[in-house]
Amino acid sequence: MCGIVGLFLKDRRLEPDLGRYLVPMLTSMAARGPDSAGVAVYGPPAAATVKITLARRTPEATFDAVAALAGETAHGAPVVRGDHAVFAIDAAAADEILARIRAELPAFDVTAAGNRIEIYKDVGTPAEVAGKLDLVAVGGTHAIGHTRMATESAVTVNGAHPFSTGRDQCLVHNGSLSNHHSLRRRLAHDGVRFATDNDSEVAAAYLSRQMANGRDLRGALEAALADLDGFYTFVVGTERGFAVLRDPVACKPAVMAETDAYVAFGSEYRALAALPGIAAARVWEPAPATVYVWEHAA
Amino acid sequence: MRTADAAIADLEVMPLRELNAAFHAPDVAAIAPVWRVKNPHGAHALACGVDAPIAIDIDGHVGYYCAGMNQQATVHIHGNAGTGVAENMASGTVIVDGDASQSAGASGLGGLLHVRGSAAARCGISMKGIDVVVRGDVGHLAAFMGQAGTLIVCGDAGEGLGDSLYEARLFVRGRVASLGADCIEKPLREGDRATLAALLERCGEHGVDPADFRRYGSARRLYHFHVDHAGAY
Amino acid sequence: MASSRGSALPPVFSATFDEFSLAEIRRAAATGVYDIRGMGAKRRLPHFDDLLLLGASISRYPLEGYREKCDTRVTIGARFASKPIELAIPITIAGMSFGALSAQAKEALGRGASAMGTSTTTGDGGMTAEERRHSTQLVYQVLPSRYGLNADDLRRADAIEIVVGQGAKPGGGGMLLGQKIDERVAAMRTLPAGIDQRSACRHPDWTGPDDLAIKILELREITDWRTPIYVKVGASRPYYDTALAAKSGADAVVIDGMQGGTAATQTTFIENVGLPTIAAIRPAVAALEELGLYRTVQLIVSGGIRSGADVAKALALGADAVSIGTAALVALGDNDPAYEAEYAALGTTAGAYDAWHEGRDPAGITTQDPELAARLDPVAAGKRLANYLSVLTLETQALARACGKSHVNHLEPEDLVALTVEAAAMARVPLAGTDWIPGNPAMARGDA
Repeated sequence: MCGIVGLFLKDRRLEPDLGRYLVPMLTSMAARGPDSAGVAVYGPPAAATVKITLARRTPEATFDAVAALAGETAHGAPVVRGDHAVFAIDAAAADEILARIRAELPAFDVTAAGNRIEIYKDVGTPAEVAGKLDLVAVGGTHAIGHTRMATESAVTVNGAHPFSTGRDQCLVHNGSLSNHHSLRRRLAHDGVRFATDNDSEVAAAYLSRQMANGRDLRGALEAALADLDGFYTFVVGTERGFAVLRDPVACKPAVMAETDAYVAFGSEYRALAALPGIAAARVWEPAPATVYVWEHAA
Repeated sequence: MRTADAAIADLEVMPLRELNAAFHAPDVAAIAPVWRVKNPHGAHALACGVDAPIAIDIDGHVGYYCAGMNQQATVHIHGNAGTGVAENMASGTVIVDGDASQSAGASGLGGLLHVRGSAAARCGISMKGIDVVVRGDVGHLAAFMGQAGTLIVCGDAGEGLGDSLYEARLFVRGRVASLGADCIEKPLREGDRATLAALLERCGEHGVDPADFRRYGSARRLYHFHVDHAGAY
Repeated sequence: MASSRGSALPPVFSATFDEFSLAEIRRAAATGVYDIRGMGAKRRLPHFDDLLLLGASISRYPLEGYREKCDTRVTIGARFASKPIELAIPITIAGMSFGALSAQAKEALGRGASAMGTSTTTGDGGMTAEERRHSTQLVYQVLPSRYGLNADDLRRADAIEIVVGQGAKPGGGGMLLGQKIDERVAAMRTLPAGIDQRSACRHPDWTGPDDLAIKILELREITDWRTPIYVKVGASRPYYDTALAAKSGADAVVIDGMQGGTAATQTTFIENVGLPTIAAIRPAVAALEELGLYRTVQLIVSGGIRSGADVAKALALGADAVSIGTAALVALGDNDPAYEAEYAALGTTAGAYDAWHEGRDPAGITTQDPELAARLDPVAAGKRLANYLSVLTLETQALARACGKSHVNHLEPEDLVALTVEAAAMARVPLAGTDWIPGNPAMARGDA
């Protein structure tokens, strides 16, 4: 199925190099996920702003149409990376702009929306995807990456992880949920709309729904232990950091490394092997059925 | 074994296939009985399928199945090991200085696996004669369906110890979170203390008193299906 | 006193609560234990009988027998292995364990298969010396239980088959009851003699295709990349399973439909889990075609193969080869009417005997009892298997020639039509005499 990587920088001086560290982590997981790859990157906060990341479905579609729709609400020109673009717009206009993009511009997928998050995902090997996006040049405070081997759904851009189902939220998943169809129906009944038939999108939507209903991230993940069935290692991205959860049976792998400079996650140790100071890092495996959260102060 | 200069293999420049092929050469014990492997960087299937009385020291962390199906060799990992270290080992010795991930020693037939850190879930799963000694803790479902061999845990054991156990013998010094189906505590006999002493000595685990261990084994109620035990399945 | 319905109406049986359902309910109430048996699904299912081959006509010309060749050779495992398996015929013997079968039966299978230039497969118990000696090509299974698995036998094998599941019980583990675990079987499996063997349903050291890829790497490294590696699954989600096996690095994929046999498992499992064989083949082929790996990764199909017609139809649907289990045992002498008196004493009759788990087989095949096992002469039985394989091959060739094929693997789906709507939908071939293929394959995969 998949490889997952995650990097949370404790040392702010490393922020410009986030992409430089992330890309080798991602490409080392190519064998676990040759079909598609994706990353969520969290950049600096900007007041009263929502960033929308879009992926175009065909190379012919130009982002001018989005710029035209955003109009005055956009703060400057979009930042384009490969087939993706990030538009920063007035936070107050975000809901309306997002609704209009979904309704009027079917040539584009919204991969993420939030104050700090950007999500890039595409079909291809991790090296191909990283190259197209010039990911090595990206900076930020934390990032999550995923390499995908599609199991029960199609290989599409949409089907790639990370899935974002809430502002500044995203999820990547290694494993296979066994009750996701039923969960999907329950969530759909509550008004949640899904873009794919992917089990991981259901997990993401489940957590977003829990948090929208008042639980914090830790509480949402603890609820997931009871409601989600199957095999999973989840890494969840939030505005301020990331969380890790393995199911109680814990057949899917998870390795972590921590130094004074960072906390890192990989499906295999190989993903961490090129990180600075890894030889002296504390390397350990998260315990099953245990929620772990690392966050920067607000 | 005669001492010899170590053959050095650097996995940053040598392909894994070339190194494993060298380990599999029929005359490796005569030509290069001692090896030092550098920069493993979490590589998988390193030193698997070795069948010669050679010594292999690995400087760093390894990935899955290091020393898988090992015969005769002594493999010493100076770091952590990924899933399935020494899986199906038949003879020889594997030492992990750090922690071992899941399924350490899975279906091992013989030989000795010594983990100086802790082992994760399913340590000794399906064991068939291997001896496993863990200085630290083991995770859940240790020795699941263990058929033969000895598991010694100097630390604590997680949930479901010895679930669905056959004839493997389990010794735990610390706390056992819970026992698995058909696994019960049994009295520690003189012979068990001798077994413990011998294996702990072989592993250089001094300062650990065999008398501090508790023995666990199969209740053997699942040996013949009976409806009254159906809940255990 | 006569019932109020009088004698005007005959007794009416319920199709729902039929005699078998009633008997099973009574048995369950009496024993408190689930029913266990051998063989595969016995109920009527859409099968190869519901498919027909279109022969030559004015637009398509047949080949003569004998002089005009119809090649049957197939190579399995050339994708990554330096020593692929070369089969003289596209029919192999499926995995069946020593333990489930007697040593004589395993020897007979080896003799018969080798005489015809094809392979046998070990089962959930490891490799016996007899089988290695008598099989010129031996496939060695790696199962969740890892019973009998060891590096020496791995290196002696001609191919390796990682078993994820089998058609009779996709998702279930192996099972062998105490009466068949004699001293020799027990020693091979590292179990006490005479106890019931429980088997795990998942492999102990990998779960999921991403970790399967690493397991395959390990097995290749141990065998120095010589040995072909197959991945076997019970027919369940064949499209995804085949894609994942191929992506994980398999040389060949083995798909076993629900008609596939077992030595022993719960009857409820056999009859209610999995897909009929003819429903499993086209999705598997589609997965390989979409990956550009069709014929590079070979597809071996099993589950209810009985005749050359079944072989030809399976090849036409896209299989590179087929595997037989139950049929091979019948060829050796399983369920032979010559033993009718003994079947009757066991409470059954020839053709229905499926209590293979009890180990009292009068034919001496599915037993460890020395007296019963001695009834099977491995040389004679091996000859019977070779005869049967010959007939299967000749039939397949005859049908292939009638369709104008100089190689049996040139049979294609367009050579087939279906007799029923179900078979047409499952095999994705038109209903005979029409252009209609029911069902939407894309929707079935969830692409919509």
